[in-house]
Amino acid sequence: MNWYGVQAIYRFEMARWFRTIGQSLFSPVLSTSLYFIVFGAAIGSRMVAIDGISYGAFIVPGLIMLSILTESVSNASFGIYMPKWAGTIYELLSAPVSPIESVLGYVGAASTKSIIIGLVILATARLFVPFEIEHPLWMLTFLVLTCVSFCLFGFILGVLADGFEKLQIVPMLIITPLTFLGGTFYSINMLPELWQKIALFNPVVYLISGFRWAFYGVADVNVGVSIAATLGFLGLCLGAVYWIFATGYRLKN
Amino acid sequence: MLPILSIRDVSKTYASGLQALKPTNLDIAKGEIFALLGPNGAGKTTLISIICGIVNPSSGAITADGHDIIRDYKAARRKIGLVPQELHTDAFERVINTVQFSRGLFGFPPNEAHLEKVLRDLSLWEKRNDTIMTLSGGMKRRVMIAKALSHEPKILFLDEPTAGVDVELRQDMWAMVRKLRDNGVTIILTTHYIEEAEEMADRVGVINKGELILVEDKTALMRKLGKKQLTLELPAPLAAIPEGLGGYALELASGGAKLVYSFDANAEQSGISGLLRRLDELGVEFKDLHTEQSSLEDIFVELVRARA
Repeated sequence: MNWYGVQAIYRFEMARWFRTIGQSLFSPVLSTSLYFIVFGAAIGSRMVAIDGISYGAFIVPGLIMLSILTESVSNASFGIYMPKWAGTIYELLSAPVSPIESVLGYVGAASTKSIIIGLVILATARLFVPFEIEHPLWMLTFLVLTCVSFCLFGFILGVLADGFEKLQIVPMLIITPLTFLGGTFYSINMLPELWQKIALFNPVVYLISGFRWAFYGVADVNVGVSIAATLGFLGLCLGAVYWIFATGYRLKN
Repeated sequence: MLPILSIRDVSKTYASGLQALKPTNLDIAKGEIFALLGPNGAGKTTLISIICGIVNPSSGAITADGHDIIRDYKAARRKIGLVPQELHTDAFERVINTVQFSRGLFGFPPNEAHLEKVLRDLSLWEKRNDTIMTLSGGMKRRVMIAKALSHEPKILFLDEPTAGVDVELRQDMWAMVRKLRDNGVTIILTTHYIEEAEEMADRVGVINKGELILVEDKTALMRKLGKKQLTLELPAPLAAIPEGLGGYALELASGGAKLVYSFDANAEQSGISGLLRRLDELGVEFKDLHTEQSSLEDIFVELVRARA
């Protein structure tokens, strides 16, 4: 195992993140804070509690998910797309680094960034609304699994993308709408019956539901199903990443 | 002695159907400087990219210091350093960080003393804390070399190393390449500057249209294919080569103002004395004379044209 190689990629990626810390960290924290001010403090105080949870506290898990899903995909896709775009990918391809080591370095760094963002947003949320976390270990487990899964997904997008605009399409046009419609601001049980069934096709529902269960012990879907869905997505992404490196698809001729 | 690099029947055909490299065989000896010459699109970079793992070969096998580049790719790649043709750098990184990154990527533990030596040798030590984007093109080229040397490779590929660099830097690089060779590094360089190959290489390979058409010791090649010419500058132009000189390989140049005699530089008798005596007998005068030998560039152009 080339641990020095893994470490080099990881440090390089983290250094890139710290160079743009304002954009990397403060930007998602600021936008999430605005959500808390508007939906939590201002409108939330006039809303009824959902499943016995104040509206401000209810949206905390969903808003954390909203940020970490988009940040995971963006960070990981950018991390691998940049060397492709700048041409510095030649060094990775000619280095004694296996597919697993590359993924550990790139996805490990992107996941670390997302987990940091998630925890900072959690701390920020606590400034605006009072809440307790019922299952802190499960909360961390969901956070880590979600970050790793979506960083892998972002890594795949970065490999497949052939332009910067394509890196933005998935987070903006797919992840964000799915998260908004996945129960960030409401319980899917509040939807009409038909829409409840349609919502179950949205994979983000399972993530938010599981994450909210870890916070408050209430969920839209069974927590076991949420864990299975997250692990399933993780396995799917791992398989795709392995195939990309094994074949060199979109990486080398 | 076993070659440090062994290439057997390696070919590359891209998905588009373009055959960039025909089945190629080549052995590179340890410690030699091998220059790969060829026009644009000849297949030089494709061959290097296959050896370094950037391009997948369509067929064949390669070993680097005894390690198969596919089955035992980790061991093989640790031996190889690559300086690509294009200036691909992480613009926002600092020089020292990008060199540390390269060393780690190749699986080597930190060694600040080695990196300092590499940076000093390349006159980059004073710039180690500068971001790469602030450096000149020549300095960026040095950074690329520093990255390739950061993991102490045994085989170094220099793909057009002096393209676009000034004369001073070119001389520095030539000196550095010789120093590396003296330290036991095997160097394979591709170049458009024939003088570069002529100046540095021990052996020369010529590649054209994906085919390695010649591999030869540089000196032997120049001796074998090198022509020598004697040029006589005449006081008055001649309309034709005078009769009685039929036995000599002569031609008129510059509108008849020069008489050019081609001869074999390696033959025991050049025929010059006989020619000069014969000219005197025929009353053909000349005001000046000089000889010149064909360069590697002339040989290269001739070889490529012959295969065109």
